[in-house]
Amino acid sequence: MSTPMTAMIEIVNAEKTFTMHLQGGVRLPVVHGVSFQVNAGECIVLSGPSGAGKSSILKMMFGNYRCDGGRIGIRHDGALIDLAKAEPREILNVRRSTIGYVSQFLRAVPRVPTIDVVAEPLIATGSPRDKACEQAGQLLHRLNIPERLWALPPSTFSGGEQQRVNIAHGFISNHPILLLDEPTASLDAKNRDVVVGLIDEKKRAGVAMVAIVHDDEIRHLIADRIVDVTTFAAAA
Amino acid sequence: MAETRDAKHDQPLLVAEGLGKTYGRLAACRDISFALYAGEVLAIVGESGSGKSTLLQLLSAQLTPTAGRVSYRMRDGVLRDLASLGEAERRFLFRTDWGFVHQDPAQGLRMAVSAGANVGERLMAVGWNHYGRIRRTASSWLERVEIDTARIDDAPRTYSGGMRQRLQIARNLVTEPRLVFMDEPTGGLDVSVQARLLDLMRNLVSELGLAAIVVTHDLAVARLLSHRVMVMKGGQVIETGLTDQVLDDPHEPYTQLLVSSILPP
Repeated sequence: MSTPMTAMIEIVNAEKTFTMHLQGGVRLPVVHGVSFQVNAGECIVLSGPSGAGKSSILKMMFGNYRCDGGRIGIRHDGALIDLAKAEPREILNVRRSTIGYVSQFLRAVPRVPTIDVVAEPLIATGSPRDKACEQAGQLLHRLNIPERLWALPPSTFSGGEQQRVNIAHGFISNHPILLLDEPTASLDAKNRDVVVGLIDEKKRAGVAMVAIVHDDEIRHLIADRIVDVTTFAAAA
Repeated sequence: MAETRDAKHDQPLLVAEGLGKTYGRLAACRDISFALYAGEVLAIVGESGSGKSTLLQLLSAQLTPTAGRVSYRMRDGVLRDLASLGEAERRFLFRTDWGFVHQDPAQGLRMAVSAGANVGERLMAVGWNHYGRIRRTASSWLERVEIDTARIDDAPRTYSGGMRQRLQIARNLVTEPRLVFMDEPTGGLDVSVQARLLDLMRNLVSELGLAAIVVTHDLAVARLLSHRVMVMKGGQVIETGLTDQVLDDPHEPYTQLLVSSILPP
């Protein structure tokens, strides 16, 4: 089972501080000296207590939070690009074809049917609509979303159902990098197992993943390596 | 092949350089520079009086700048200074290659003529003359903006606010423009009507690969529609970046104030 070590993510000395101008300019250092590497087919789990900066690191890796220093190297189209310095257009390209993000909450556009929400990332990268919808259906089926709900917008669903739609949306694409922010938070045991299975398949397909999971059991099942975020704690 | 495609994508559609407009001693816009690419949606946000509407007028050649310039890549691929265009070229832009969606549909529509004529008029202006074809195209555009085609012969003054706004969008998009300017496109509409309109605009923009510049004071509109955002205050751009970056991690005091003023959903 030896795959060639391809670094998909190379973070070097990344740092983040929030300056709260509405609170008299209070500076909140979140993390500094964040350095780690993730290879293809590997799942890294970020660990540390809440408030340690796990989500902030994930958001910096998605280009959602800006980086105040250091480098966020992402392998995109065969070259390493620094997301910390990339233009908005480049970040959007990276998100379209390289990095997928599964957040805890679904931010869906009103009125769009569930099946289309899930199929959308495939259509955006050029798959024909019917094929994308077929794959979306298979994933929804696996995640136990009954077919009678597929034509409805997910905003009408329960929290757990919305999260599963979100997972289907995140896992459907063929992105070589996936960021997972508590993907199993409000799921029952049966659906948690499905997600663990999906993560396993992604590993075998060579996808590099970085995850935040609080459940020890899940962490044990998916983590190839654990990165302790408290070592990046910024001096307050 | 990838190279030629990239090269094409790397050419901006519209470029603003050091753009400014002063009225006497009052600077409505100061030193604004950016490039907009094909298929990109840029939101300009800020409060009233921040200069965003003046900027939109400068960008769409409705106002002449007192400093700097705006250039636009014409269909022949050449980037031209808007100020240097001849009358025929300007007309071409306004009638075909550009769309302008006003906040008040009455400004962008002819309220007393039929919906079909409102849409068909833009086609006739670019030389269409076959009545049947014009009507068929107008009718298919009404469908695309979710207006019952049975209402094609009714004048927009008999329409609701949301329908008028959708009609205005159809009228603008029928000539397949490459760039659409929108001034507070959802302003003055009920919240439920706004959501429907936003959803529709979002789909049309991505299906047609349109570039758009949207002026709005509503950050939710910016989040839903735009890729990039420019925050304006006192006639200047104070913060700019990827939309979710600026809204989720605002750096400037004024942007933080705007973001923190949104009521949670």
